[in-house]
Amino acid sequence: MRAAVIVFPGSNCDRDMAVALKAAGADVTMVWHKDASLPADVDLVAVPGGFSFGDYLRCGAIAAQSPICRAVVAHADRGGYVLGVCNGFQVLTETGLLPGALMRNANLKFICKTVALKIETSHCAFTQAYHVGDVVHYPVAHHDGNYTVDPDTLAKLHADDRIAFTYGDNPNGSVDSIAGILSENRRVLGMMPHPERAVDAGHGGTDGQALFRGLLGQFADA
Amino acid sequence: MKARVHVMLKNGVLDPQGEAVRHALGALGFDGVAGVRQGKVIELDLADGTSEATIVEMCEKLLANTVIESYRIEVL
Repeated sequence: MRAAVIVFPGSNCDRDMAVALKAAGADVTMVWHKDASLPADVDLVAVPGGFSFGDYLRCGAIAAQSPICRAVVAHADRGGYVLGVCNGFQVLTETGLLPGALMRNANLKFICKTVALKIETSHCAFTQAYHVGDVVHYPVAHHDGNYTVDPDTLAKLHADDRIAFTYGDNPNGSVDSIAGILSENRRVLGMMPHPERAVDAGHGGTDGQALFRGLLGQFADA
Repeated sequence: MKARVHVMLKNGVLDPQGEAVRHALGALGFDGVAGVRQGKVIELDLADGTSEATIVEMCEKLLANTVIESYRIEVL
């Protein structure tokens, strides 16, 4: 699998993401936000966590207008895979690739801890190595992770089985405890928790490995 | 010319920051503050003759996230 990790000024999980993807066997290229195109034959684009452009205006809003994001949207429109984590999730909602928005945490605090997440669907490349109902532990580290979406779209997310992860104990006020959602074609995943920070036993857990293993498996079969 | 764009969370979208400000006002002894909503004001220094339609486009594409925010344009 060929993966590209986007780097914005202020990204700080880009290298963690690259390490996690490489450990799972991916061929990884880092791509600067001013580039207007992705490397040829990229299967997966990862939009990493961090504080792109200092979270100015709104988290992810400036990054979503960068040249590379037009290429990321085109990649998704062609049916390419995209993984957005934390600030990456915020960027994906700002580009319109995923519905809804991430607001300030309900308790107004920056939350930095490991949380329990429930796998809500295994019907996508990202979670196919898990089982529905599995509880996994990933770190979260965000100030604006309070997922909100209009009631009609929320009903559609439920009906179409597009909620990938929910929080066991909702830390940020997200509607229906949503921690991660899929696009209509199930190839774009946005999530606030950090699977790439849960791939090394030395860092407190390896529950995130299966996400990357699942992704790589998707392309091994192809 | 200048324009001022007011960006507010839409009605019905909970505003945790506004709520915190309301609490703080209460703690200072200001009674009767039923609600606080916090927004942003963005001032634009524009080329003369910039159309309102162009400013609307700026709001729709960048200045407001219309999923959760509404905006009001004031040409000065």
